[in-house]
Amino acid sequence: MAEPGIVFWILAVVTVASAVMVVTLKNIFHCALALILCLFSVAGIYILLNAEFLAAAQVLIYVGAVAILMIFAIMLTSNLASKAIRQSNEQVMVGTVVSVLFCGGMLALIYLTDKAIVSEETGVAFWRQVRGTLPADNVASLGGYLMTKFMLPFEVVSVLLLAAMIGAIVLARKEKA
Amino acid sequence: MLFYLSLAAVLFAVGLFGVLTRRNTIGILMSLELMFNAANINFVAFNKYVWADGLIGQMFAVFIVVVAAAEAVVGLAIVLLLYRNWQGIDTDHVSVMKW
Repeated sequence: MAEPGIVFWILAVVTVASAVMVVTLKNIFHCALALILCLFSVAGIYILLNAEFLAAAQVLIYVGAVAILMIFAIMLTSNLASKAIRQSNEQVMVGTVVSVLFCGGMLALIYLTDKAIVSEETGVAFWRQVRGTLPADNVASLGGYLMTKFMLPFEVVSVLLLAAMIGAIVLARKEKA
Repeated sequence: MLFYLSLAAVLFAVGLFGVLTRRNTIGILMSLELMFNAANINFVAFNKYVWADGLIGQMFAVFIVVVAAAEAVVGLAIVLLLYRNWQGIDTDHVSVMKW
């Protein structure tokens, strides 16, 4: 595997730093802005991983829709976004311990798996032997999948979106006295 | 690939920390988005480095994006409902739904 270049490290640092800002900043509005930065850099990671369509969808859906929706919700509940309100609960210590343990466990698993599961012929880990090559036309292949192999999930997910839309309308509508 | 997987693990842990410690419901939803993104990075990384024969991993990630968007919509509708009924969206105020 080629060492990831400088671009990966920049994107990784930006991603993690802005993610930490999302979970630690006092002002919830600043958290939303940091979330947008984080989602943008994850889109950059997707481009590094040859997922151009997913990067575009990330920018359009996450940055363009979900993050803006979050900002709308923050604005509509705006008197709660002031600095005076404590934004974290009493579980900060426990949460830190749990997430550090989780992160350490995951990293240990990843590296131990890389060391442990080694193919006998080639001497490299199984999951580093790339099978096949990625299709050159990313968007066209994904569209082809949607119309052939993933037809049913595609239809189901459209029903899910419809249900979510109706659910949101029903939940957020004004009660008639 | 190890670097991408490690990045995803760290991102997921940060999101987990946010979900565990945020009082604000919108903050919890934003941390959830971080966790979804970590899962997506894993899918795409495995797609490129392990099973590059097709774009199945990217397909999964696309569906995750859709489901995350639906989840955010319904979650924020619930947040607005909470705000209207209880004048607050902190999780420790809202214990009425615990049955």
